Amino acid sequence: MDRGLSLRDVVVFKDEVPLIRVHYDIAPGAVLTVMGPSGVGKSTLLAFITGTLALDFRATGAVWLDGHNITHAAPHQRRVGILFQDDLLFPHLSVGANLAFGLPPGGSRAARHTRINEALAEVGLDDFADRDPATLSGGQKARVALMRMLLSEPCALLLDEPFSRLDAALRAQVREMVFDRARARALPVLLVTHDADDAAAAGGDIITLGD
Amino acid sequence: MPSKIVPRRRLLPLLPALTLLALLGPVAAGLWGTIMPAFGHLPAAGLVGPSFAPFRDLFGWAGLPRAAMLSLSTGILATVISLAIVMLVTAGWSGTRPFRMLERALSPLLAVPHAAAAFGLAFLIAPSGWLARIVSPGLTGWDRPPDLLIVQDSWGLVMTAGLIVKEVPFLLLITLAALGQADAQRSVRVAQALGYGRLTGWLKTVFPRVYAQIRPPVYVVLAYAMSVVDVAVILGPNTPPSLSVQIVKWMSHPDLSMRLEAAAGALLQLALVIGALALWRIGEIIIAALGRRWIASGARGRADPVVAGVALFAGAVSALAVLLGLVVLAIWSFAGFWAFPDALPDAMTTSNWLRFGPGTLHALGETALIAVTTAVIALILTIGCLEAEYRHKIRVSQRAIWLLYLPLLIPQTAFLPGLQTLMLNIGADVGRVPVMLAHLVFVLPYVFLSLSDPFRAWDKRIGVIAAALGSGPDGVLWRVRLPMLLRPILTALAVGLAVSVGQYLPTLLIGGGRVATLTTEAVALASGGDRRAIGVYGLMQTGAALVPFALALLIPALVWRNRKGLRHG
Amino acid sequence: MKHLAILAALLAPMPALADIDPANWEAVTAEAEGQTVYWNAWGGSTTTNDFIAWVGSRVAEDYGVTLEHVKLTDTADAVTRVLSEKQAGQDDGSAIDLIWINGANFAAMKEADLLFGPYAEDLPNWALVDYENKSVQTDFTVPVDGYESPWAMAQVVFIHDTARMPDALGSMQVLLDWTQDNPGRFTYPQPPDFLGATFLKQVLVDILPDASVLAEPATDDNYDDVTAPLWAYLDTLTPNLWREGRAYPATGPAQLQLIADGEVDLAISFSPGEATAAIANNQLPDTVRTFVLDKGTIGNASFVAIPYNASAKAGAMLVANFLMSPEAQARAQDPDVLGYGTVLAMDKLAADDRALFDALDLGIATLTPAELGTVLAEPHPSWMTRISDDWMTRYGVAQ
Repeated sequence: MDRGLSLRDVVVFKDEVPLIRVHYDIAPGAVLTVMGPSGVGKSTLLAFITGTLALDFRATGAVWLDGHNITHAAPHQRRVGILFQDDLLFPHLSVGANLAFGLPPGGSRAARHTRINEALAEVGLDDFADRDPATLSGGQKARVALMRMLLSEPCALLLDEPFSRLDAALRAQVREMVFDRARARALPVLLVTHDADDAAAAGGDIITLGD
Repeated sequence: MPSKIVPRRRLLPLLPALTLLALLGPVAAGLWGTIMPAFGHLPAAGLVGPSFAPFRDLFGWAGLPRAAMLSLSTGILATVISLAIVMLVTAGWSGTRPFRMLERALSPLLAVPHAAAAFGLAFLIAPSGWLARIVSPGLTGWDRPPDLLIVQDSWGLVMTAGLIVKEVPFLLLITLAALGQADAQRSVRVAQALGYGRLTGWLKTVFPRVYAQIRPPVYVVLAYAMSVVDVAVILGPNTPPSLSVQIVKWMSHPDLSMRLEAAAGALLQLALVIGALALWRIGEIIIAALGRRWIASGARGRADPVVAGVALFAGAVSALAVLLGLVVLAIWSFAGFWAFPDALPDAMTTSNWLRFGPGTLHALGETALIAVTTAVIALILTIGCLEAEYRHKIRVSQRAIWLLYLPLLIPQTAFLPGLQTLMLNIGADVGRVPVMLAHLVFVLPYVFLSLSDPFRAWDKRIGVIAAALGSGPDGVLWRVRLPMLLRPILTALAVGLAVSVGQYLPTLLIGGGRVATLTTEAVALASGGDRRAIGVYGLMQTGAALVPFALALLIPALVWRNRKGLRHG
Repeated sequence: MKHLAILAALLAPMPALADIDPANWEAVTAEAEGQTVYWNAWGGSTTTNDFIAWVGSRVAEDYGVTLEHVKLTDTADAVTRVLSEKQAGQDDGSAIDLIWINGANFAAMKEADLLFGPYAEDLPNWALVDYENKSVQTDFTVPVDGYESPWAMAQVVFIHDTARMPDALGSMQVLLDWTQDNPGRFTYPQPPDFLGATFLKQVLVDILPDASVLAEPATDDNYDDVTAPLWAYLDTLTPNLWREGRAYPATGPAQLQLIADGEVDLAISFSPGEATAAIANNQLPDTVRTFVLDKGTIGNASFVAIPYNASAKAGAMLVANFLMSPEAQARAQDPDVLGYGTVLAMDKLAADDRALFDALDLGIATLTPAELGTVLAEPHPSWMTRISDDWMTRYGVAQ
C-alpha cells in the first residue's frame, strides 16, 4: 500500500510479555478503532507509532506511512499527528502562538497570520488568536488543539481517547468535527478508546483488546 | 531494539559526566590533598613524609578533647532538636492554619545566610542583647549587663541554638516536599478514625515513610552542624574553639608547617563525622525497633495536645529568633550611640551606612559575580543532566541520589584545606575562579534537588504533542519545556544564588583570603565586634540571598501575567 | 648568627647605593621628578587609604612624583615578592618602591639583604624626628640602622569609662588590685591576637624590676625565671576577668563594644586616638577617656622601607621624607584623618610648624604628646612568640 498507515506485525512487549499484537493497514480517510479497558496498553501502541515508547516497553514490527518506513525515524520527523484526552495546549503561548507552533516554517508573517486566523474561523473561534488558552472552555480548547494538529500537516492521525473529558453534548459535536476533517484531508486515523459510542461514531473496523 | 531512537551524539551526553566531575572532583582532590600533608608530606614547605608527627602534634594539643567533643555534641544536638521540632510540628499541625502560618514564616528564612542569622541571635540573647535591654532595668533591675557567659559558652549551646534556627526551616521544607508523596492526609484520617490522636497517628503511619525520604538531608544537617565554621566563629566558644574552627586557624597560620597539623585535624574531623553518621544509623535502627513496639502497643496518644503545643511553641520561637535577629541587625545598622539598658538607640543615623556602604557594595559586586556565575553553571549542568535523562530514557536510582548528597556529607573542613594545599603544591593561584569551582560543589546539589522534581513532573505528553507538531528535541526544550518551567528554574537559580552567597569556608580557604564576599567580610567583622558594621554587612548579605527569591516569584508573575495556566505552576 | 648576617651585609657589594646617594638631596630631588612610586601598604582601612591618596596628591604637586597605592592585605606578601625577585635575579626594576613595614617583616627583609640604605638619617626631615625619646632607631629591638624611616607612632593606652570608673590606674599592679575589687569589669583580647600579646608584654615590662633583659632574645635559661611573675600575675587576674576568663574578645576593637554595653569599664588600645574616633562613630560613650601608666607604656613606630631593587628609589625617598614633614605629620595626627601619633619632636620644630600641631583638636579622649609620657621599647620578638604560645596552653584551652 503506497498511501495510508500500515502496522506490520507490530507487537508491544512489557517486561518481555506481549501486550498487543496488531497487523493492519489503515487506508487514507479510514478509521481503525482499538478498544479495551484502561490499563490494557492501548496507548503504548500509539507511543510506538509516535516513537515515544517508555522505558519499560519494547516493540517489534514496523510502521509504514505513505510508503515510508518510519519505525526508526525521530518523533518530530514522522508527520504523525496525535490528540490526547487533555487538550495539552502550551500554557505559555497564546491561542494564535499555539497554532503558529503547529504551522510548518516558511511564508511571510502576514501569510502565516492569515492561515492561523482562517483556521480559527473554521472552528468558529474568530478573534481568539490573542487569548490565553487557560481562559477557554473545554470545547474551545479541544477545537484549538485539533486545528493546531491539522496545521502541522500530518500524514496520519492518532487519537488517544480524545473525547473522554468532554460532556455528552459537546462530545458528539467535537467527534464529528474531528472525523469530518480527517476524512476531508484523507488522513488515516487510529482511534484508541474504551467508549463504544466513540467506536461506533468512527465507523471503521474495531480491534478489541483485553478481556 | 527497533523501538529505540538513536540519539545524535553531541554535548548533551557529556553533561552528566561533567556534572559528576564538578561535584566529586574537588572533593576527591581535596581529600587527597588532605591525606598527604596529614602524614607529613608538604613539598611547598620543604617537608617530605611520610611521618606521624602531624598526628602527634594534633594529639599533643591540649584543647583537642574539648574541641572534638564540641564538634560531636553541637552536631548531634542540633540535628536531634531541629528534626524533633520539625517532625512534631508537622505531625501535630500539618494542614491547620497555625501550620500554614509557621510554614510561611519559616520558608523565607531558608535563604537567610547562616552568618546573618547567627549575628542576629547573638545580638538578641547576649547579656547585653536586645532581649535583656527590653526587660531592663524594669523587670530585672540590671543597669549593666550581667556577667554571664551566654554567647560563646563553653558547651556550645548557643552555637547549637544558632544551628537549630537555621536547620528547622531547611528540614521543614524538605519534609513538606516529602509529604507530597506520602499520602499523609488520608493515613492520618484513617488513624484518627481508629481513635488515634493526630500527632500519634501521624508518627505511627506517616513518619516512617517521610523519614525514609528525608534521610539524606538529615545526614547532611548532621555533617554540616558538626563541621560548621562561620556559625562557630560567631557563636561558639574560643577556649578552645570547635575542631573545625581550630583547623581553619591552623590553615591561616603564617607558618606553612602548621598546615600539617591542620590536615591531621581535618582527617580527624572526617572520622568524627563518619563516626557520628554511623552512630545516627544505629540510633535509627533502635528507634525503629522501639517504634514498632510502640505501634504494636496500640497507644492512642493521650499526651498529643501537650507535645504538639510544645513543638509549635519551639517552632515559633525558632522562627521568631531569626526574624527578631534581623530586626535587631537593622536597628544596629542605623544606631547612633546605644547604651545598655536602653531599649532603643539614642538616635537613628545613616552614618553607619555611609561609612560601611561603599565597602559592602564592593563586596556585593564580588559576591554577585561569583554567585551568578556559579548558579548559572549549576543550572546549565542540572538542566543538561535532566534533559539527557529524559531524552536517553535513563532511569535514576535512589543510589544516584546519594552521589548528589556526597559532597554535602563530607565535612567542608575535611577537603577544602586539602584542596587549598593541593593548589599550593602545584603552584596554582588562589583567586576567584577556583572559588567559583569550590562553590559549585555546594551549589550544584541544591540546584539539582530543587529543579529535578518539577522538571521530571512535567507532562511528557506535551513533549509528544510538540514532537508530533514537528518540533525537534532542542525545539521542544527551548520553545516549550523551559518556558513552561520558568518559575521552578528561577527558583532553582535563586536557591543556587543563596547557597553561594552564604558560603564562608570555600571562599576563605580557596580564595586565600583575597576574595572578599559579603559573607567573608561579615564573618571577619565578628572578631571586631562592631555591631553597626555587622548590622550593615549582615543585612546586605541577607538581601543578597533574599532578593533573588523575590525575583523568582516576581519575574514569572510578570512574564506570565496573562497566562493563567502557569500562575500556580 | 645575626652578626654573621651583618658581616655579610658589609662585605656584600652594594649596587643599590651606586646609583643614588641619599646624602645628596639635590640630586635625589632632581632624579625623583617624573618618577612613579609604587607604595605597597596595607589597604584594609578607608582612613589610611584616604591619607595615602592625599600624600600622593601632595608629592605630585611639590615634586612631580606620581604615587600609586598598591593595597595589601598582608605586608608579608610584599616581603615574599621582593624575595622571589631576588631569587629570580631581578636586581633592579622591582614592582615595589616603598613598603609600609615594621617588626618581624622588617627584621626578615633586613636580614635577607632586601633593603636599600642606609638612607633614613640622610633625609632632611630626620633632623625634626624625636629619636632621643621615641623608639624609632630600633624596631622590636632590631636596630634600624637607617634602613627604614619612621612615620607614625603607636603607643599603649588604656581606655576607661569615667562614668563607671573615674580614676586612672598608675601601674599593672594597681590594675590587678582594681580587678580584685571589681571582678568581671576587665578583659583583654585573646592572644595570639596582636593587642592581646601586647597586653601580656605590657604586664611583664611593668612588673619586672628591671626589664632590660627583654631587649635580648629569650633563652631557655632565662625564660622561665623572667616570665614567672607574669604567670603569677595572670593566675591572680584571670578569675576576676570578664566571664571569669572563660571567653575573651577576639580583637582590640571588640573591647569597645563591651565598654559601650557596660560589660567592662577598662580596655587596652595601641592607638592613642582610637577612643576619640570611636566616640565620634557612636561606638563609645563620650564619658570615655584614656590614660597611660606611671612608668610609661610600650610603643612602637610604623616605618617605610625601600627594596634594594626598587625602580624609583629617589621618588621613594622623597615620599619617605614627606611623610616625616610637619605638614604630613600634623595631618596624620588629626583625629578626623588618622589620629596617629607623630614621630617629630615639638621642640625641634619652627614656631609656625609647631602651631600646626597646637591647632589640632586631638579630641576629648586623646592624650597630648606630653601626657603620653615615656615610650617603653618593645621586647625582642622571641619573648612575644614564647609568651603567646604559653598563654594558649595555660589559658586558651580553659578548664
